[in-house]
Amino acid sequence: MKVIVAVKRVVDYNVKIRVKPDHTGVETTNVKMSMNPFDEIAVEEAIRLQESGKVEEVIAVSCGISQCQETIRTALAMGADRGILVECDVELQPLAVAKLLKAIVQNENPEIVIVGKQAIDDDSNQTGQMLAALLGWSQGTFASQIVLGEDSAKVTREVDGGLETVNLNIPAVFTTDLRLNEPRYASLPNIMKAKKKPIDILTPEQLGVDITPRLTTLRVNEPPVRQAGVMVESVTELVDKLKNEAKVI
Amino acid sequence: MTMDSDTFQNLLTSVRKYVNERLIPLEKEVAENDEVPEDIKHEMAEMGLFGLTVPEEYGGIGLTTEEEVCVSMELGRASPAFRSVFGTNVGIGSQAIVIDGTKEQKLRYLPKIASGEYVTSFALTEPEAGSDAANLQSTARLEGNEYVLNGRKRYITNAPWADVLTVMARTNPDISGHGGISSFIVERTSAGLSFGKPEKKMGQHGAHVCDVIFENCRVPAKNLIGGIEGQGFKTAMKTLDRGRLHLAGVCVGFADRALEVALGYACERKQFKKPISEFQLVQGMLAESKAEIYAGRCMTIDAAKKRDSGQVVATEAACAKMFTSEMCGRVVDRAVQIFGGSGYIADYGVERMYRDARLFRIYEGTTQIQQIVIARNMIRELLDIQ
Repeated sequence: MKVIVAVKRVVDYNVKIRVKPDHTGVETTNVKMSMNPFDEIAVEEAIRLQESGKVEEVIAVSCGISQCQETIRTALAMGADRGILVECDVELQPLAVAKLLKAIVQNENPEIVIVGKQAIDDDSNQTGQMLAALLGWSQGTFASQIVLGEDSAKVTREVDGGLETVNLNIPAVFTTDLRLNEPRYASLPNIMKAKKKPIDILTPEQLGVDITPRLTTLRVNEPPVRQAGVMVESVTELVDKLKNEAKVI
Repeated sequence: MTMDSDTFQNLLTSVRKYVNERLIPLEKEVAENDEVPEDIKHEMAEMGLFGLTVPEEYGGIGLTTEEEVCVSMELGRASPAFRSVFGTNVGIGSQAIVIDGTKEQKLRYLPKIASGEYVTSFALTEPEAGSDAANLQSTARLEGNEYVLNGRKRYITNAPWADVLTVMARTNPDISGHGGISSFIVERTSAGLSFGKPEKKMGQHGAHVCDVIFENCRVPAKNLIGGIEGQGFKTAMKTLDRGRLHLAGVCVGFADRALEVALGYACERKQFKKPISEFQLVQGMLAESKAEIYAGRCMTIDAAKKRDSGQVVATEAACAKMFTSEMCGRVVDRAVQIFGGSGYIADYGVERMYRDARLFRIYEGTTQIQQIVIARNMIRELLDIQ
């Protein structure tokens, strides 16, 4: 069995996000970039499936600028076998990424695709679902457990009301939630080995995919600054304020 | 650099992440239990940390000195007890074999040192020979194809669980100074080898030192490092040059962490209705610390680069070890000062850093020994020119 994992290069989760002065997006120059944490979980899951002997090959795919190769290298250092970069320098929206991934799936013929449930930059939470729809495959989203059988998989999903378990036919797309696993630290010997693993570089044109944005971003704003709180003298005053000022009780 | 910068940046990122997410949260527990948990030791081996300086052909990562000090600056941010787990394998415990070992010795020991299967120790110091290492009294007498070792080594890091020790002993009692000293690889299972009780220490809890006792301890003659008698002291000194740079990196990392902790506290702690970071006397302490750390970082990296280019860096390594360890002491002291009363209370962790940092000025050559090395080299150079 072959698995494709999608990995996105995003602003590191430790970085304080700043909006560009012209409000067209967030500042990414000279900002530390890393792999989307949900995608790390996806890579980890794929590697664990490989270590359990159920999967022969893990391919890490990223779409975006040339520097996305660093993100692919991280996946290779964790244990993926090879990488594919679809290189382009225009803004990619979930539908475009789903179409690119679909084209790669058709070239590579994997049985499983694992992606993060969302990326921490735009929080779209769409690519996995769109990909499954485009391919006509089953989808197990927000997975907190994946039990892989011969030609089916049992996926435990984190839904609003608790946990839902579904049985899916393979081929399938899984999207990962936080509790699926705890990603490993890339070991130093594996980081060294990763530099020798191959990364193929393709373009959207080669894959015949139209990546024109369908959505227009009008303006990006920082969230409103939190107002300073006030100290109250007594419980009575607190209740009064909650009732009459905040009007929450 | 032997590896491309992307690969090395990945490596540094992985180490930084491991230090921040796994090691730093466990510091208090390790100090209280005086023990690094087994699963952490196992993870460190998996991460490849035991093999940082073992050449790639022997299963290690083969970092250059410059790369090594960059990594040690990251590792140095966590309690020194963590680094101590693999510190001897990376530094003084393995480098004698890496630098001067025979091909056979390298093949037999280095892969297991790199994987962490063997933990190593460096046994030079004796009860009567600390700073005056060339005066060591342990003896090694050749009998057939074995050396018979007798003597006692003191404060040997990692000895309580070391599998392999690099031991300096006198093979020629007629030569009193360093010329009569040879170095040996001694396996833990050797007959006649025993260990003292782990010492109680001021800080760095979780890292252990003890005495190592040789009573007619029999070591195969082929374990004489480099296969030549009388080279042991030179081997030890070459090992220490690199070790001093590694340690300088650790001091820079540890100081950097102490400053980070102090800065965080200074920005939060309010007195006279404003954060104490707004007071110029506190700012003075923060700024001096920042500049000193920067100086230490530059010095260490410069010395490491020189070593990588093939230069003899005994003076530079001693400068870096002396400066960074003293600097680290000052920075940690200021951190305690900025914390004020809380700095003296165990729960805040800064007093632990203060105790931990104290050792940096002592081990692998005290500040005073570094001063002697630096001054002697300067004087020797001048006399050579004349």
